[in-house]
Amino acid sequence: MKTETSAVDINRNIGDFSYDVTHAYDAGTGLSEKTIHYISDVKQDPDWVREFRLKALKTFLEKPMPTHWASKDLEAIDFDKIRYYLSGGTQAKRTWEEVPEDVKRTFERLGIPEQERKFLAGVEAQFDSEAVYSNIKKAVGEQGVIFVGSAEGLKEHPEIFRKWFGKVIPTGDNKFSALNSAVFSGGSFIYVPPGVKVKHPLQAYFRINAENFGQFERTLIIVDEGAELTYMEGCTAPKFNTATLHSAVVELVAMKDAKIQYITVQNWSANVFNLVTKRGLAHENAEVKWIDCNIGSRLTMKYPGVIMKGRKARGEVLSIALANDGQHQDTGAKMVHAADETTSNIISKSISIGTGRATYRGLVHVPKHLKNCKNNTECDALLINSTSRTDTYPAITVRGTGNAVQHEASVSQVSAEQIFYMQQRGLSKAQAMSLSVNGFVNDLVRQFPMEYSVELKRLIELEMEGSVG
Amino acid sequence: MDENWRGNLPQIAARKTGKSRYSFVPLFMNELNIQNLRVEIADREIVRGLSLTVPCGEVHAIMGPNGSGKSTLAKVLAGHPDYHVTGGAVTMDGENVLELEPDERARHGLFLAFQYPSEVPGVTIANFLRAAVQARMPEGEELEATDYYAKLYEKMELLGMDRSFTSRSVNEGFSGGEKKRTEILQLAMLEPKYAVLDETDSGLDIDALKTVAHGVNSLRGPNLGILLITHYQRLLNYIVPDHVHVMVAGRIVRSGRKELALELEERGYDWTREEAGEMAVR
Repeated sequence: MKTETSAVDINRNIGDFSYDVTHAYDAGTGLSEKTIHYISDVKQDPDWVREFRLKALKTFLEKPMPTHWASKDLEAIDFDKIRYYLSGGTQAKRTWEEVPEDVKRTFERLGIPEQERKFLAGVEAQFDSEAVYSNIKKAVGEQGVIFVGSAEGLKEHPEIFRKWFGKVIPTGDNKFSALNSAVFSGGSFIYVPPGVKVKHPLQAYFRINAENFGQFERTLIIVDEGAELTYMEGCTAPKFNTATLHSAVVELVAMKDAKIQYITVQNWSANVFNLVTKRGLAHENAEVKWIDCNIGSRLTMKYPGVIMKGRKARGEVLSIALANDGQHQDTGAKMVHAADETTSNIISKSISIGTGRATYRGLVHVPKHLKNCKNNTECDALLINSTSRTDTYPAITVRGTGNAVQHEASVSQVSAEQIFYMQQRGLSKAQAMSLSVNGFVNDLVRQFPMEYSVELKRLIELEMEGSVG
Repeated sequence: MDENWRGNLPQIAARKTGKSRYSFVPLFMNELNIQNLRVEIADREIVRGLSLTVPCGEVHAIMGPNGSGKSTLAKVLAGHPDYHVTGGAVTMDGENVLELEPDERARHGLFLAFQYPSEVPGVTIANFLRAAVQARMPEGEELEATDYYAKLYEKMELLGMDRSFTSRSVNEGFSGGEKKRTEILQLAMLEPKYAVLDETDSGLDIDALKTVAHGVNSLRGPNLGILLITHYQRLLNYIVPDHVHVMVAGRIVRSGRKELALELEERGYDWTREEAGEMAVR
């Protein structure tokens, strides 16, 4: 997106870079029925999808912004200035030499593999993931796992796709889920057949392309009875050419005895509104676990949820949010208990640096008629500077007897004494800070897959560098 | 950054040839030198013209009543930001210490064993010390993990610490004795040129005191100068100093050999206070 068409007025100099790109398909700015028809035409949507989009557009236009509780900053989004569909992009040729030095340095320090660096920097329009991941693809294919883009999923596998699409997160769930439902493109569709335990985590990298990094991706994952899947998305590197509004919808369905673990590590540039709806449906004795790590962005609003629909279903959200100068991480979790003996666990850690603000919102709902439901919530906030801010808004409704809920919250600060102590051992102030922060999130990070936890650690170090004078 | 932190030439040469630094005629004395130091906190003068020299290889004890400024001295040497140096000089092997950041002082070879060590939640002793050792290595050089752990376990054995200790978070939930032991473990691992031990005996029972003293004694040698700060003579039974200094009201009022400590034990601090008073009158 070029500066003059930018939806919000921000300083694009910090941590953000982009190039001019010309696209074969461009829906233009603004959103109307015409836009929807344009998208459906280009994507050759089936009729039911076109209808779905048009209905969603109506819902989107009718729904108010959630400004009665959310940040007023949302009002800065000008929906008329956003481009809702771009594809077939061809960039003017550029070389690795043209990539800004600080971006190269960041890739270097994060240890991003060479091939991926070029894609992330926009030097290559396509990351040749087929070669890198073909073994995994072959292995899961033999097990009957379907792993395709959502556009392919809805055309090639309508019998599964249509059954669950928009069922976990209805169009009208919120204004941004409606927006996504109207204009979605990109994202993944995964189906794991009964009893299949996918050994290796599947990654969004698998079929990475420009559309995948789009604004309105839509992911639907169905894991059938007794099957297991781990999915990872995102990347800790800064991304080029990120649009200012990112509004994804991710729906997970775990059938009886199934297990899904969905891992997100994202590092958005400081101009992005990241407004994402993620929810999982857990049937009897199934488990849905979200591991969510949010770094960067101007405003992130994301509350991964689990609806525990079957007896003994389990839901878990582990999240880390890091809000640096001028950023607001408004994150949390939603746990809806809808059957007996369901258990949920929320562990949230946030770090606020400089004028950064971290907000935790947690919804836990246990209706009166249920028995033996349990929830555990822990949210810890770490403030780095005296200008940093954190808020906690728990909304816990537990009715009836025989249900247990536990909520713990803490706010701590890295004390000057602690930093002095670490400096006395030879660590620079910045090293001391990042070690403290890494210590704060350590017990959560340990649950991340190895490569992510290493990258995350380095990323925290990078973020901390600017925090000490 | 400070690429030149090992900027004293005789030592670099000594390291390269593997010979003792004493085979050179040094341009300066190998010593921690404090000259007429004055320190304030919140406009109150705590250290009032203190002079003291700790030559490398010696153990000096500073004794003094509560409020004499002993701990302030320790923190100022390490560069604590709350204290304001209003006069005097501190040099380490001829280098001006006062213009260095706390972490630079540490990397140049100054160690402070804290009276009240901070907790570092979530950071294990193994990782913390590893980062500290790594920070002392030249840029681009990676610490060899196996070497590091071999050394760590060796030093822990010396201090009677169980190996499982390495996976505990630094000082979090530690007993007083465990904290002090951990300080000495860090001293042993980081191999400073000068170590200031601030009330390392406080809060220790006799067994823990013996173990800690054993650790410190085993580190004594020609390449380490130690400044022991203590209120009680007890510690000095186990770590026998070469020199004893009495600090009262922000300065050294008396210096002597180790026997001075015994005299203080017998007579208390009052007589030194009177002497300090006389000094002030003169």
